[in-house]
Amino acid sequence: MADTPRDENPAAAFEPDDQINPLGGGAVASGTLPSWFLEAVVGGAALLALAILLVTGSFTIVLLFILTFAVALPTAYILSRLTETRRQAFDRLMTLSIVAAFGVAVAPLISLLYEVVKRGVKGLDVAFFTESARGVIGAGGGAQHAIIGTLVITGVATLISVPIGIMAAIYLNEYGTGRLRRALTFFVDVMTGIPSIVAGLFAYALFAIFLGPGIRLGIIGSVALTVLMIPIVIRSAEEILKIVPNHLREAAYALGTPKWKVVTRIVLPTALAGLVTGVMLAVARVIGETAPLLVTTGVIDSVNTDPFSGRMQNLAVYAYSEYKDPGVDVQASYDKAWAAALTLIVIVMVLSLLARWIYRRFGTDLR
Amino acid sequence: MEAHTETTTQAGQILASATGGKRRAGDRIFSNAAVIAAVTVLAILAGVAIFLIIKSAPAVTASSSELPEGKSLVDYIAPLAFGTILAATVAVVIAVPLAVAVALFISHIAPRRIANTLAYIVDLLAAIPSIIYGLWGIFVLGPAMVPILDWLVDKLGFIPFFEGPASVTGRTMLTAGLVLAVMILPIVSAVAREVFAQTPRRLEEGALALGATRWEMIRMAVLPFGKSAVISGSMLGLGRALGETMAVTIILSVSGIVSFDLVSQENPTPIAANIALQFPESSGIDVNALIASGLVLFAITLVVNMIARLIISRSNIQ
Repeated sequence: MADTPRDENPAAAFEPDDQINPLGGGAVASGTLPSWFLEAVVGGAALLALAILLVTGSFTIVLLFILTFAVALPTAYILSRLTETRRQAFDRLMTLSIVAAFGVAVAPLISLLYEVVKRGVKGLDVAFFTESARGVIGAGGGAQHAIIGTLVITGVATLISVPIGIMAAIYLNEYGTGRLRRALTFFVDVMTGIPSIVAGLFAYALFAIFLGPGIRLGIIGSVALTVLMIPIVIRSAEEILKIVPNHLREAAYALGTPKWKVVTRIVLPTALAGLVTGVMLAVARVIGETAPLLVTTGVIDSVNTDPFSGRMQNLAVYAYSEYKDPGVDVQASYDKAWAAALTLIVIVMVLSLLARWIYRRFGTDLR
Repeated sequence: MEAHTETTTQAGQILASATGGKRRAGDRIFSNAAVIAAVTVLAILAGVAIFLIIKSAPAVTASSSELPEGKSLVDYIAPLAFGTILAATVAVVIAVPLAVAVALFISHIAPRRIANTLAYIVDLLAAIPSIIYGLWGIFVLGPAMVPILDWLVDKLGFIPFFEGPASVTGRTMLTAGLVLAVMILPIVSAVAREVFAQTPRRLEEGALALGATRWEMIRMAVLPFGKSAVISGSMLGLGRALGETMAVTIILSVSGIVSFDLVSQENPTPIAANIALQFPESSGIDVNALIASGLVLFAITLVVNMIARLIISRSNIQ
């Protein structure tokens, strides 16, 4: 704590970089301590906590985090209280608390990514991508059937929901008026909150009425995912159509272009990159869904590429069933579950990063 | 913006019809297709309700001896509904204060340069599939929770929530609530963040000019301005937590009891987890009973989400 600064220079409060800027961060509105006071306290506390933990030999990242803020919060308050007013001391206390809360919120993400990568790489081998689990009861086998199933189910869901979603967004932005428009806007928002398991039950109920109870098909899973995807596609497409500048439409109308051509030749091409981005993010959101597929596509160990006949496995359900009903070699099953989890995370991350990159690279600057 | 769009659209229609005489076939087809898509979306939402009602009807009319566990449908679903609400409430109680702090950090405290990146990192939490949260919860968080659960029972055992006996596996309501809290944090903080950032500059600068510290400015200008956003964001988060399935299914060791004890081995079962556990092995009337419980879940989340959306659309948030 010796390195904690106690800057006695009162002029610091009037330096130009310490100006009142509520959004700028860093600089505090007023006070006699320098702007880097809090950073220095946290840094000092972290070093102290690190030293304590290394000496006692109980170092973990979680403990380091807790101890750092356990030291930094009172230190900052007391130091500030000694040199500044009570209100400023409280301000520093709250600022540090908020920073700590942010750390607490992000910690699970870091832990989760770390564990998934650490445990997932063990089960990732060539066989994971080239073999199915057919006839496998112990170690060995792979998730090829699940990967194929994931692609087919999500692909079909995308084929159904993209046209409906984008046309509905075109309706909202280009045609919609009155009650239908308001109802659609409201219920699309409500639809984003449908629990995924309920979407699965709906798809099952729909098909069970026509095809009899106990039915399990890939296409039912696709329908369930469609219910989840459509509101996401509509929301993002509507946002992007909204920012297509009106002067483009007006110019086209002035040339006598019919409205449908204005939409298909002017509005949609202008918004294309944004639309693609929105669809990719929607795919990323549903590709890891487990619950709706658990009740609609069933569990199977061999490859099935036909969504209209027979059960179909997918990666998320595969991870779940490897965990829930492990084979003779329990650890091998868990490894495969984690490998499937890692594969899913990689797919989701690649999709969302790629989506953002496409928007930046190919997006027309609409603003 | 909207009014402007409409005027332009009308002008465009007038011009288009002036040149073509009457509406062209292409126009008619395209606008009809758009209307059909819009109606389809509403029909799907209605269809969700209708098909669930059709498929749960047999369970409603069946006698209690035919139903699972030999209970009447109400007695069957009530403890499940209790489990659902308990898990979601724990999640919201943990997530909302954290989410508000995260939102404030990104909108008012973190340096502007990195604020967008931080927001993206928080949003990543929402992108991770729930099955992975489940695996993480049971293999990583659960074991880590065991000493904390012991401590809670030991020191705070007089509070009914921590009555114990403490679970030795960490598969408890509290663990499930924590994982749900992590999962709903991004949506709550995203809604709050957006509105916090829209606090009028004159309010913020006015507070600072009167000598307020940054925290006082946040407390007096930002938080009151964003209050309805925090409420509606929390409702949206509640809706997510109510319907979240896989994480809860994996983490809880379910027993279908009704208990407020958050730290013991025996947990109430949420509706979604019950469906995920039972549905693959069920047949006949049991399936109808499960679908009926799904209908109840749908109704609860629908009400919660509609209230949240009404709060958002009533306030001046855009």
